[in-house]
Amino acid sequence: MSVLLSAHGLSMHFGGVRAMNNVDFAVSEGELRCLIGPNGAGKSTFFKCLTGELKPTAGAVRFRGQKIDGMLPHEIARLGIGIKTQVPSVFDGLTVRENLWIAASRRHRGRAANRAADRELAHLDLEPIADRMVGILSHGQRQWVELALVLLAEPLLILLDEPTAGMTEDETQRTAALIAEINKTVALIVVEHDMPFIRRIAGNITVFNRGEILVEGHAEDVLKDQRVRDVYLGKRAA
Amino acid sequence: MTNSPFRFRDRIVPQIIPVVVGGALLFGLPQLLDLFTLLQVTLYAIMAILALSLGFIWGYGGILCLGQSAFFGLGAYAYAIAAINIGESTIPFALALLLPAALAAAFGYFMFYGRISGVYVGVMTLTLALILFNVVNSTAGPEYHIGKAPIGGYNGLPNVPGLNLPFDPQAQLDPVATYYLSGGLLLAVFFGLKWLLSTRFGRVVVAIRENERRVEFIGFDARLHKLAAFTIGGALAGLAGCLFCVWGNYTSPVIFSMIQSAQVIIWVMVGGVGTLLGPVLGAVALSWLTAEVGMQQLFDANLLFGAVLVVFVLFVPRGLLPMLTERVWIRLARSPPRAPLSHSVTASGGSA
Amino acid sequence: MAYATVVGIEIVYAIATLVLVSLGLAIVFGMMRVINLAHGEFLVMGGYSATIAFHHGVNFWIAIIFVPPVAVGLIGLVIERTIIRFLYGRMWETMLACWGLSLFLVGLMTMIFGGDTEGVPMRVPGIRIGAYQTSGYELFVIAFSMLLVGAVWVLLRLTRLGLLARATMQNTAMAEALGTNTDSVYALTFALGAGLAGLAGGIIAPLSGIVPTSGGSYIGQAFITVLGGGASALTGVTSASLLFGVVGQIATFASNAVLGSVALLAAAVILIRVLPDGITGRYFQGNL
Repeated sequence: MSVLLSAHGLSMHFGGVRAMNNVDFAVSEGELRCLIGPNGAGKSTFFKCLTGELKPTAGAVRFRGQKIDGMLPHEIARLGIGIKTQVPSVFDGLTVRENLWIAASRRHRGRAANRAADRELAHLDLEPIADRMVGILSHGQRQWVELALVLLAEPLLILLDEPTAGMTEDETQRTAALIAEINKTVALIVVEHDMPFIRRIAGNITVFNRGEILVEGHAEDVLKDQRVRDVYLGKRAA
Repeated sequence: MTNSPFRFRDRIVPQIIPVVVGGALLFGLPQLLDLFTLLQVTLYAIMAILALSLGFIWGYGGILCLGQSAFFGLGAYAYAIAAINIGESTIPFALALLLPAALAAAFGYFMFYGRISGVYVGVMTLTLALILFNVVNSTAGPEYHIGKAPIGGYNGLPNVPGLNLPFDPQAQLDPVATYYLSGGLLLAVFFGLKWLLSTRFGRVVVAIRENERRVEFIGFDARLHKLAAFTIGGALAGLAGCLFCVWGNYTSPVIFSMIQSAQVIIWVMVGGVGTLLGPVLGAVALSWLTAEVGMQQLFDANLLFGAVLVVFVLFVPRGLLPMLTERVWIRLARSPPRAPLSHSVTASGGSA
Repeated sequence: MAYATVVGIEIVYAIATLVLVSLGLAIVFGMMRVINLAHGEFLVMGGYSATIAFHHGVNFWIAIIFVPPVAVGLIGLVIERTIIRFLYGRMWETMLACWGLSLFLVGLMTMIFGGDTEGVPMRVPGIRIGAYQTSGYELFVIAFSMLLVGAVWVLLRLTRLGLLARATMQNTAMAEALGTNTDSVYALTFALGAGLAGLAGGIIAPLSGIVPTSGGSYIGQAFITVLGGGASALTGVTSASLLFGVVGQIATFASNAVLGSVALLAAAVILIRVLPDGITGRYFQGNL
């Protein structure tokens, strides 16, 4: 499996605060990687360096061999990285269908965009609400709309920031199933706090702590690791 | 799209009716009105084009330009000075579109590529118009001229040549022909913008208004789209400026004034932000009202306009057209009303 | 040497004028995020109140220093209670409402005072420096503006009222939870901003005639000074005034007043491009 995204010596300093310190990271094609860690561990900072929202103080990020750190968000998106943010970032004043059309039109023209949007509406079971304003949908529904927007751009790698935040148990289960299905063709990096959800989607886990990577490995091993438990419970880690 | 049996009624008819109505008005009015009234209608049509220029960038692009008069005035002055120098109107007409577009592009580049947020855009454009006003206003002396044309300062620039058929200075357009040109251009701009908004470009511009960050995550360059929209708005305002100058054979620095910019905003606001018909109706109705009000001595025009603006902001922030049509839509049980003014024009979850 | 002194005074005077004209707006916009496009008209009303007071026999200094802030402060209070307070947090709406207010006030003043120029005569003699004459009043303006900045700083930093105002602006809900009557604080802060604008108008009154539309010349500079200065009310305005005052004055000396204001705008545009949050936006978060 070839490396899809890699980071070398990535650091982020905010004034005197080292939010992220010398992080080396790599995700392969088709992989499912979860990023976990206590609050303030540097997950969000790392995530934002990948999406282009932050320019790292030091180090480099490479996507398919190309240096992407410091690139503008829309340039990174065009390379094939899809981004789903923590708070659903969608078009509230447009209908679900109109939302999807915008995303679809990046890859398709005119009628083809309509068809792609229709397909995704069916795929994510959004047809019943297709003509409703996104602004009035429930939180979970908006997360789904955002997922649809991400998928329609046909990315090679998807970055998900807490995709199940605010979701009901049912919605979380559906999301887990969806992620498993997407993972058949697309690599994913998921930042999450919900442990049962992480266990359900399995894959590999990277644990952040205090701006550095503590542990990396298969989900089963990492979640049994005593150091990880200590870090979450607040005890000093090695 | 849906396989609705009412496709013809839903989709095609609404497209045809406005064209028919517009055409009927354009060709019918000269038959019904006397020349003087026709001249007034020409003015309203010109103001409607100006209103559309702002209605497009504000209502659909979320860019509240408080200095649209800068491009309006630049179009007028560009035409006037070029026409006096060249002696025929084809190139000046083109300049009246190109120069404001260039200014909008340059200023827009500074603003949008500098990530200047929505409200600050308003203030910066306001200052641009103010500066232009101050500069042009102080050019009264004979030393201020471009070629054969004295800029004229606060005296204004009179005796501006009218439009003629392309490259044929002998074939001057008479007032009726100017009416047809202005009305025709209004229809062209109206339907042109309608079409533009249905293209991918137009829809992305609207999406940027809603959520700039998400648009970028999808892969579109938001800054470029805003710049393009702003430039189009500038060109359209310049077009209106040129026509206005031709209509009165005269231009003066007042065209750059705050009052002028405020009027355009009021037209769009009263008519309906986020629609195309709203700005047109607002411009026509309020221009007519201004003429009527200007003739009475009881209240100062500024006072009335100011009061109207405050009242509308407090009670009818999205304008009359949306308010009225919403009543109709709700009865037809369509989707719920759209979000209020400040929601739709400040991008949620990203820099505005 | 004398020439250098006079030029120096002119530059400092330009800075002082910018500070004076922008201070009220810095309070209203910097602290309350209200884009008060009627700020110029507040200035003009201050000028008119000084003129009216003076022509009714009030002492010159009282007419320009004490009457305007009280008069315009009260007017500001009324405006806040009737219009502004319904629009907090909605920047577009406050801006448009204030623009409407600006037009309304211009119209009102035109109806009351007509188009004639009003004024207050100059009461401070000129001062000779070497071979040059400089206006004693300019020196007064410079001294007064420094005093005023100091006074406002003391008010906001060292008094209880100032503390309540700053707290309310930073976190209204919390201030309310702690028992502050935030409605009153908002009203008083806006009145303060308006009063300061009126005061500026009073001080400037002896320098040039006043017509109802005079506000238009001040609003542009005031706004770009406040925007360029950034989030901190006092530090921002003083630093931006310094920058723009120097640039504008030098450009004026090199050419003329009109190009001086163009240079000022260009400086502001470049500054905001480079520092989108203004001079103090990045480095003085939360400070005055």
